[in-house]
Amino acid sequence: MKLLEYQGKELFNHYGINVPKSYLAKNLEEAKQGSERIGFPFVLKSQLTVGGRGKAGAILKCKNEKELVEKFDELINKEVYGEKPKTILLEEMADIKREFYVSLYLNRTKRCYSIIASSQGGIEIESVDKKVIFDIPDLNGVPSELAYKVAEKINLKNSEKNAFVELIQKLSKLIYEKEAELAEINPLAMVNHGKFVALDAKVIIDDNALFRHEDIKKYEELSDLEAHAKNNGFSFVELDGDIAIIGNGAGLVMSTLDMVTDAGGKAGAFLDFGGRATTESIYQALKVISRVDKIRVILVNLFGGIVRTDLVAQAILNAYNDGTLKIPVFARITGAESEKARELLKNSKARLFNTVEEAINAAVKY
Amino acid sequence: MSSKFDLFDILIGNENDIDYKKKPIIIQGITGSFGSTHTKLMKDYGTNIVAGVTPGKGSQSFEDIPVFNTVLEAVKNNPVEISGIFVPAPFFLNAAKEAIDNGIKLLVAVPEHVPIIDSIKIFQYAEKKGARMIGPNTPGVIVPGIMKVGIMPAKPFSEGSTVVFSRSGTLMYEVSYTLSNSGYGQRLCLGIGGDPINGTNLIEAFDLIKEREDIESVVVVGEIGGDAEEKLAEYIVSTNFSKPVVAYVAGRAAPKEKKMGHAGAIVYGNYGSADSKVSNYSKANVPVAKRPGEVPDLLKTKLKK
Repeated sequence: MKLLEYQGKELFNHYGINVPKSYLAKNLEEAKQGSERIGFPFVLKSQLTVGGRGKAGAILKCKNEKELVEKFDELINKEVYGEKPKTILLEEMADIKREFYVSLYLNRTKRCYSIIASSQGGIEIESVDKKVIFDIPDLNGVPSELAYKVAEKINLKNSEKNAFVELIQKLSKLIYEKEAELAEINPLAMVNHGKFVALDAKVIIDDNALFRHEDIKKYEELSDLEAHAKNNGFSFVELDGDIAIIGNGAGLVMSTLDMVTDAGGKAGAFLDFGGRATTESIYQALKVISRVDKIRVILVNLFGGIVRTDLVAQAILNAYNDGTLKIPVFARITGAESEKARELLKNSKARLFNTVEEAINAAVKY
Repeated sequence: MSSKFDLFDILIGNENDIDYKKKPIIIQGITGSFGSTHTKLMKDYGTNIVAGVTPGKGSQSFEDIPVFNTVLEAVKNNPVEISGIFVPAPFFLNAAKEAIDNGIKLLVAVPEHVPIIDSIKIFQYAEKKGARMIGPNTPGVIVPGIMKVGIMPAKPFSEGSTVVFSRSGTLMYEVSYTLSNSGYGQRLCLGIGGDPINGTNLIEAFDLIKEREDIESVVVVGEIGGDAEEKLAEYIVSTNFSKPVVAYVAGRAAPKEKKMGHAGAIVYGNYGSADSKVSNYSKANVPVAKRPGEVPDLLKTKLKK
């Protein structure tokens, strides 16, 4: 789960990492209250999970109340890369002397955590040449020799190193205790007296570990649809098109999505109901999809042998019979009991196919 | 990891062994709904499951298989080196550690949703103790016609001389099925797992089979996310890997920054994208199928060369 900036900063604050004074506002009234606490000028930052907010004009300076009224209204209504904010963060301006980059992240390849740092902050790390990467040997935090080495490599003076080392150790404590996949500070500002302040926060928490972090779970905001899918154990991703793709297994559904796209179709939903499907869970999957208005046709791709295909057919039939489902279903069903499945669905709006290619062609052409 | 770890030796043994092709296996989480269903299916396939473990359910039995409270008791009367782990994700860390502490050399970690830190802990612990983990979030491993540990159906697989390594469960079945239908049976099919952390990654999987003469070719089923395919392509070039390799990559049409079902299937920028994987494969002269059904044709062409 990717946290919003203010949530990440709450965590930073909890771990003793300096963050600028700020105020979170849902509406203009709250923003005005916030402006009294922080004092002009300050920065308005749209709270979004997508990156590149600065470039997209979702971070604005604000000098007086007149600007606040205009710019708050602009930001709270502004959609950035398909995402609309619920809150805007008002944040005091820092007196920046230098900017750095630092992050700790899950290194999938090496199966450990690694640290990246750079003396160039404020730009995307992928496009920075001058950076250092070190692996953290175990899960007991960053050894201080390693932290000093990183400080050395990003050209910190001796007098500045201690504060940086301390910062890294706080960040690593956060990573391990909160089970984050990433904790990134970009930019990390050096202000007066060699003090470091985190001007931004990008924190991704391991979804699979949320069950033991109630304090983080409270940040989770699922749409009704997402919640419905999640409660049933489905993986659900909404897309732009009008064909819903349902299947058993993430790889299989992704593969079907690719083939639909190749055939000229546009997928509108991705739903993996996993290997443990029952008539009820498949029925629930169809129910989730039926609530997505733009979906015109449902494509079901099942690899038989794990899920009994007659159970799937029964679920489709039930969804038609009780009115949940009104649109056609094109299904590729193979394996055990597929004759029985065909028999069950012969008078319905569902059509069954032996190969996924046939099912896709029918769905795309419909 | 020492190079002495011989996967086939552990899975099926040598012709001289009295338990050749009948290596004893335990199932942790045997009484759960998933564990019990698949224990029966594994047994039907020929897997020699000698004991099960479920804390608090000791002294029961399931399908004539005795159930114990601890791994220690379960392995007491048998030289067990393999454990199929079917416990729910929150219990995985302790179950896996218990297995390693009691001499298990191969952990087949089936549960999905294991926290990343737990996976890293077990990976590091296994490495220290000379054990190996497959998974988590793996469908398991099958030596067609002989044995299977995991949740894969039997039907897609047939005996032969190719190998399928897959980051996805159902795609492993799908691709193996198309291979079987085209006459390319498999010597081994192994699910790497759909998580960001894999106890056995693609390169290690290649290392496990590279010297085997009974294996003619390798099929790699990948997906978006991470850089396992990119690293594998580098490995194929740098080691001059001698067996023909054919690949498939799922998720070309997936949007960025969205988790596509698997915890590991997510693209950030170009990192983890299908484009990056396909272009690296092409540098390694590995053909990439557009869809699962195309894999046998590519393999056929590759084997002719």
